[in-house]
Amino acid sequence: MSAVNASALARPADRVPLFAVAVGLSLVVTFFASVSIGAVSLSLADVLHAVVTRFSAASLSPDEALNEAVVWDLRFARVLTAMIVGASLATCGAAMQGLFGNPLADPGIVGVSSGASLGAIMVVVLQISTFGMWTLPIGAFLAGIGTTFLIYALARPGQDGGDNSKLLLVGIAVNAIGSAFAGYLTYLATMEQLQSLTFWAMGSLSSARWITVGISAPLAIIGIGLLYHWSRPLDLLALGERQARHLGVDVKVLRRKLIFVTALLVAAAVSFNGTIGFVGLVVPHLFRLMIGPAHRLLIPFSAAGGALLVMLADLAARTLDPPSEIPIGIIMGSLGGPFFLWMIYRSRKFGIAPA
Amino acid sequence: MIEVKDVTVTIEGFNLLERVSTTCMPGTLTALVGPNGAGKSTLLSVIAGDRASSLGTVRLAGREVSAYSVRELAQIRSVFPQGSVIRFGYTVEEVVAMGRAFRDLPPADDQRAVFDAMAASEVGHMAIRNAQTLSGGEQARTTFARVVVQATPIVLLDEPTAALDLRHQEKVLASAKQMAAAGATVVAVLHDLNLAAAYADKVVLLEAGRVAADGSPWDVLRQDLIETVYRQSVHVLEHPVRRCPVVLTT
Repeated sequence: MSAVNASALARPADRVPLFAVAVGLSLVVTFFASVSIGAVSLSLADVLHAVVTRFSAASLSPDEALNEAVVWDLRFARVLTAMIVGASLATCGAAMQGLFGNPLADPGIVGVSSGASLGAIMVVVLQISTFGMWTLPIGAFLAGIGTTFLIYALARPGQDGGDNSKLLLVGIAVNAIGSAFAGYLTYLATMEQLQSLTFWAMGSLSSARWITVGISAPLAIIGIGLLYHWSRPLDLLALGERQARHLGVDVKVLRRKLIFVTALLVAAAVSFNGTIGFVGLVVPHLFRLMIGPAHRLLIPFSAAGGALLVMLADLAARTLDPPSEIPIGIIMGSLGGPFFLWMIYRSRKFGIAPA
Repeated sequence: MIEVKDVTVTIEGFNLLERVSTTCMPGTLTALVGPNGAGKSTLLSVIAGDRASSLGTVRLAGREVSAYSVRELAQIRSVFPQGSVIRFGYTVEEVVAMGRAFRDLPPADDQRAVFDAMAASEVGHMAIRNAQTLSGGEQARTTFARVVVQATPIVLLDEPTAALDLRHQEKVLASAKQMAAAGATVVAVLHDLNLAAAYADKVVLLEAGRVAADGSPWDVLRQDLIETVYRQSVHVLEHPVRRCPVVLTT
């Protein structure tokens, strides 16, 4: 038997810095491209000029004023929203995949997305308007969080053994009840209501304003920071709940914290912008193939990659069919579907069962 | 030190363990043996703190196991579980290093400890291989290296040799014996009575949830006892080299 010392092993070159630079550059380029391309196209110089004029006291020509308004009030808010949504969904996807030990887990696995959908449908069909224009996002947010808590409370994980599978089973049951209710409400809906429901279900970032950025950015930064902070225990979960416990991870507490943060982040992302699928599924999986499964790298890379993907998808949504917008969900689906197929194909080829 | 006192585990009216008592001293290797379903793994999981006993107490290093936090338990006991799985493509090296993740030891020593443990388990040459692609035996050796790296005063092994070839069965138990010699309290569930005879300082024979015998290999691995407990006729010889009992089926 060879007594090869691990320290003397020929190791493949570390490609992480290369990927980091590539992702970072793409982020910067896409950011400026997203800000300058659109119904009013601006040159990079216009964009930079508009950025500067906001801070100068000099009076502006009408063109400059328009550019400034486009850059600051429309594009920046929208691009930042895309980044927040993408980073939130992708990191939550990575965390849920880690928690459930399944690369096919989705950030909505514990019912947030379907709960938020039900909330949105209730607001529209039952014509609730308690909070004015904010009723729909607030309703979706509360219903999303509420559904997750309901599932968690019914499954009561923490007792010995098989906790995650119980959580999944209860989740499936609750989702079935929720979607039946949502179906009934949809059946009652008028033509006009159906139209706005469809629009919500396909997702759009067009509601992005500085106020929504202001609400979701701190939440996203804190939430992603926490997920990053838990990256080591997430790694140990790869050994299964029992062994993670043997190594010092309080799985019960970790699971509760992960689900809570994920529910908050996903609900925040989904309630303003509608359902945007596949980001949480595809991005972490892609980076796991490139940089390995260790969460200390996977979480930040997923955040950057998710931000990049949603920025690109939103850019496509805004520019493919001007002046109207294609729902971002359609773009994600048409990109994500084939990718998902490829993932399944690949995992079969390498003999790694997707589950 | 492990003190098990009158431990009873009841599930749906059935006693998996019934008033089990035994004490394992630091510096010794204890083998838990017995037929299928005798309660060996149950006893080990009660000692590990995975499962609460219905009655009775387990004390680790003088303190009741339920009084430790998860993090504290990881400082004093490591567990080699039955049927190890790994999700996602972590490398062997990463898996072994997980043994140290929440161990309050100087991180500067981690790398050295991981390399040493991998070399001892003979998995050093596959340090950067995806742990999911390993054979059952290679996975078991990786898990064993992870247990070694955790470097706890109490080491619990549940059938550590089940997936291993002849050489690695001996290597793993020799390592376990070494940990005991260095002062650890080691408990191993073993199916192979001859491995138990060769390496254990003390053998605890379980039968239907009760302790049938508890003592040195020569005291416990007696023909009459084994034949009653296992319902299988055997013959006991002396090992020509190791001078320990050898159990042969007849």
